[in-house]
Amino acid sequence: MRTNFLMLHTITRIVSFIVISFSVYLFFAGHNAPGGGFIGGLMMAGALILLYVSFDLTTIKKVLPFDYTFIIGLGLLIAILTGLNSMIFGDAFLTQYFDYYQIPFIGEVELTTALPFDLGIYLVVIAITLLTILTIAEDVS
Amino acid sequence: MNNIVLLPVLIPFIAGTLLILFRHYPRLQRISSGIVVFLLLFSAAFLLYLVYQEGIQTIALGNWPAPFGIVLVADLFSVLMVVLSSIVGVACLFFAYQTLSPEREKYFFYPFYFFLLTGVNGSFLTGDLFNLFVFFEVMLISSFILIVMGGTKYQLRESYKYVVINMFASILFLVALALIYGLTGTLNMAHIAVQVAELEQAGVLNTAAMLLLVVFGMKGALFPLYFWLPKSYYGPPAAIAALFGGLLTKVGIYAIIRTFTLIFVHDTGFTHTVILALAGFTMFFGVLGAVSQFDFKRILSYHIISQVGYMVMGLGLFTPLALAGAIYYIAHHIIVKSALFLFAGATQKITGTTDLKKMSGLLKTHPVLAWTFFITAISLAGIPPLSGFFSKFPLILSGIEQASYAIVIVALIVGLLTLFSMMKIFIYVFWGTPSLKKSDYEHIKMKPLLLPIMPLVALTIILGFAAEPIFSFSEVVADQIIDPSIYIDAVLEE
Repeated sequence: MRTNFLMLHTITRIVSFIVISFSVYLFFAGHNAPGGGFIGGLMMAGALILLYVSFDLTTIKKVLPFDYTFIIGLGLLIAILTGLNSMIFGDAFLTQYFDYYQIPFIGEVELTTALPFDLGIYLVVIAITLLTILTIAEDVS
Repeated sequence: MNNIVLLPVLIPFIAGTLLILFRHYPRLQRISSGIVVFLLLFSAAFLLYLVYQEGIQTIALGNWPAPFGIVLVADLFSVLMVVLSSIVGVACLFFAYQTLSPEREKYFFYPFYFFLLTGVNGSFLTGDLFNLFVFFEVMLISSFILIVMGGTKYQLRESYKYVVINMFASILFLVALALIYGLTGTLNMAHIAVQVAELEQAGVLNTAAMLLLVVFGMKGALFPLYFWLPKSYYGPPAAIAALFGGLLTKVGIYAIIRTFTLIFVHDTGFTHTVILALAGFTMFFGVLGAVSQFDFKRILSYHIISQVGYMVMGLGLFTPLALAGAIYYIAHHIIVKSALFLFAGATQKITGTTDLKKMSGLLKTHPVLAWTFFITAISLAGIPPLSGFFSKFPLILSGIEQASYAIVIVALIVGLLTLFSMMKIFIYVFWGTPSLKKSDYEHIKMKPLLLPIMPLVALTIILGFAAEPIFSFSEVVADQIIDPSIYIDAVLEE
C-alpha cells in the first residue's frame, strides 16, 4: 500500500528551510557570540537528515550529489590552510587577524580569518555526521 | 616563538588531509606518502639539531601566551622521541608497500597512517595536559581504524576490546584532568608543576598523580593493565603491528616519564616506589607470557610488555644515570621492536604463517633474513656489544647503587628469559630441515622486503658500537628532564 506523506513533506520543506537558515546565522555569529562552525554544522546536518528521513535516500541523493568523504578532506584542508596563513606572516600557527570594512548596502562588517577556519570545521562536521548516518542507513542486513 | 616546532605535527596532518582527497589514485598515494615521510624525518632531525644547539624551543599557538594558551614544547627528550617515531614511520611505510593488500590501500590506509603519526608526534611535543588528551584521541582513533582494517573476525573481536579499554582510559584521563584543573586552576604542564610545588604534593594531588599513572599505564601496557595488548597486536598486518609495537605504548611511557619528572616529583618516596614495584611486575609477567607462547607475533607482543617494565624501572629509580638508561632503552626498544615485527611480517610472507611449530629451516633458504634476525634478536636480549646490553647496563648499575636489589634480580632474570624466548624463535624458525619447497618461495623477492628493515638493524648495531657518544647524549637528555626548572623556565619565560 502506498502511503501519502503529504503532511510530513510539506512540514519538512518549511522546517528544514528554517533550520538551515538558522544554522547559517549561527555559523556567522560564531567567533564573537555563541555559535560557530561546530554547532552550525551539526544543525545543518540535522536539517539534511530530516530531508533524508522524510523523503527517501535516492531522491535526496539526486538533489545533493556530494561525495561526503571529499568534503571532509576539503574542510580539514581549509582549516589547516587558514592556520598556515599566519605562519607566512611570521606569526605563530593559528594566529587570527581581523579588521572592519565598509561594504555597500550592508554597512560596517568585521572580517576575520576565524571565519574560513570555521568554514572548514562547518564542512567537516556536516560531512562526518551525514557520512556516519548514511553509511549505517545504507547497510543492507 | 618558533614555528619549526610545529612541523613534525603539521607535515603528516596536511599530508593525511591531502591523501583523503586523492584516495582514488593508489600510485600517487604511494609516491607522495614516501616523499612526505622523508620530509617528516628531515624536519624532526633538524628540530633535534636546533634544540641541541639553542636549547628548548616553544611555540604558543595563536599567539596566546602560556599558561593561558596551548604551547608546544620541544625539549631534547620530546624531540628525540619525535625523531625515533619518524624513523619507524619511514621503515613501516616502505614495508607496507611490499606487504599490504590493495583493498587496505583503498580504504584510507595512508591518510590514517599519517594521522596516527600526527597524534604520536603531537603527544610528544605538547606542553598542555588537555592538549595531550586531544592528541591521544587523534592517535587512538587512527589506531582504531588501522587495527580493524581488513575486518577479519579475529581482528574485529580483539579490536573491540582494544577500543573499549582505550575509551575507558580516555574517560579516566578526563576525570584526572578535571581533578587537576580543580586543584591547580591550570592545564599547562609547566604551570601545573609550579602550582604543585607550591601546594605541596600530598593527599588529593597524589590521588591525581595515581589516576594519571593508571591512565598512562593502560596506554603503555603496565601491570596489571596489559592484558589487551598481545591479542590486539596479533590481528593487524605486520607493517601496522610494527608501528603500533614500536610507538603506541611508548607514547604512554613518555607521558608517564614526563608527568613524573616534571610535575609530581615532590613525594618520590611514595610515587616512585609504586612505579618501581609496577615496573618489576610488568617485566616479570610480560616475559612469562612470552615464554609460554609459540607464535612469532605473540611472543614479540609479550616482549613489549616486559620491556616497558625496564623503561619504567629507570623512572622508578629516579637517578640521572637510571633516567639516561631508560631513555637509551626507549630508543633501542623502538628501533629493535619495530624491526622484529617487520621480520615477523617477512617470515609470514614467505611461510604463510606465524606459528613457530609450522616453520623450520629458513636458515638454509634465506640466510640474510636469518642472520639479520639473529643480530636483532640478541640485541633485544641484551648481548654485548649490541644496543640492548648498553641500555640495560646503566639500569642495573643504578639499581645496585640505589640498593634496590629486588628489582635488579628481577631485571636480570627477565633478561635471561628474553634470551630464551628469542632463541626459541630462532631455533624453531631458522634451524632444522627446510619445510618449504623451492617453488613455494621463489616468487617472493627478498630485496624489497628486507630493504626497509636493514636501516633499523644497522641502527641497533650503531647504537651498540657507538654506545659512548650516544650514552653521553642520553645523559644530557636525562640531566635536562630531571631538573624541572629548565622546562618550566623555558615555557613560562614570556
